[in-house]
Amino acid sequence: MRKACLIVAEILKRLEEHVQPGVTTWDLNALSEDLAARQKAKPAFKGYHGYPFALCTSVNAEVVHGMPSKHRQLKEGDIISIDFGVMIDGYYGDAAVTVPVGSVSEEARELCRVTEDALYEGIRQVQPKHRLSDISHAIQEYVEARGFSVVREFVGHGIGQQLHESPQIPNYGPAGKGVVLKPGMVFAIEPMINQGRAEVEILDDQWTAVTIDKKLSAHFEHTVAVTENEPDILTKG
Amino acid sequence: MAKEDVIEVEGIVVETLPNAMFRVELPNGHRILAHISGKMRMHFIRILPGDKVTVELSPYDLSRGRITYRSKS
Repeated sequence: MRKACLIVAEILKRLEEHVQPGVTTWDLNALSEDLAARQKAKPAFKGYHGYPFALCTSVNAEVVHGMPSKHRQLKEGDIISIDFGVMIDGYYGDAAVTVPVGSVSEEARELCRVTEDALYEGIRQVQPKHRLSDISHAIQEYVEARGFSVVREFVGHGIGQQLHESPQIPNYGPAGKGVVLKPGMVFAIEPMINQGRAEVEILDDQWTAVTIDKKLSAHFEHTVAVTENEPDILTKG
Repeated sequence: MAKEDVIEVEGIVVETLPNAMFRVELPNGHRILAHISGKMRMHFIRILPGDKVTVELSPYDLSRGRITYRSKS
């Protein structure tokens, strides 16, 4: 599990460095496949429920599951969420980052910052004896206090020998519900945060989710293990 | 990951089994094994063959379910 997560962390870092104006999302996908092949890891998303790519690239108003395209060239000022996972030796790792393309507006930077911080607020709750929805609640509190909104339609998840395992981990809700966390449990926590309204719609390609008001959306994800002490962020690298 | 909701269907209880399990027939003719929700147990809601009930199914295992409601009639 740790191995899969380290590979994901490493590849995401390489992809992040590769993001710049003029690069297409197709290039990023090709690079991710290439890097995964070199590590002998299987891209986790490719073929998952029929998803045709190794990588999800969601630009600006796209929330998640944006499909790489030869025609989608990144421009200065865009923000792009890169979501990637692999399987190796039977175990999965999954993580995502949102990165700015060149220099971006202050609002976009703020959105990315709050989303990443919200992920860490959630991760702070990954402690023995806490309950699952403490994670959800911490994320929602943090985000809404800063005037952004939480996407409801997508959730974090358990992860291990499958990419998506139960339980589902919403990024909103009351604290103190759900299973009690125990050392050894591993979760993929992934807040998706919108600048404007929380609602999203799915485009005709059946995958890409975009904000309904076309405002920006950011997405960060880590695979995190519960330990006796501090949460262990497996995809930190 | 996209949020997946449980599937809710109406069914008719055809047989009571030990351990608060029931055999429920769904409108599509499938017979599934269903247990009763803890809340219904707490309130001593009795379920008898012939009762119309609401069953929650998980998309992962369609042969088992959880009875969450008994229609009043």
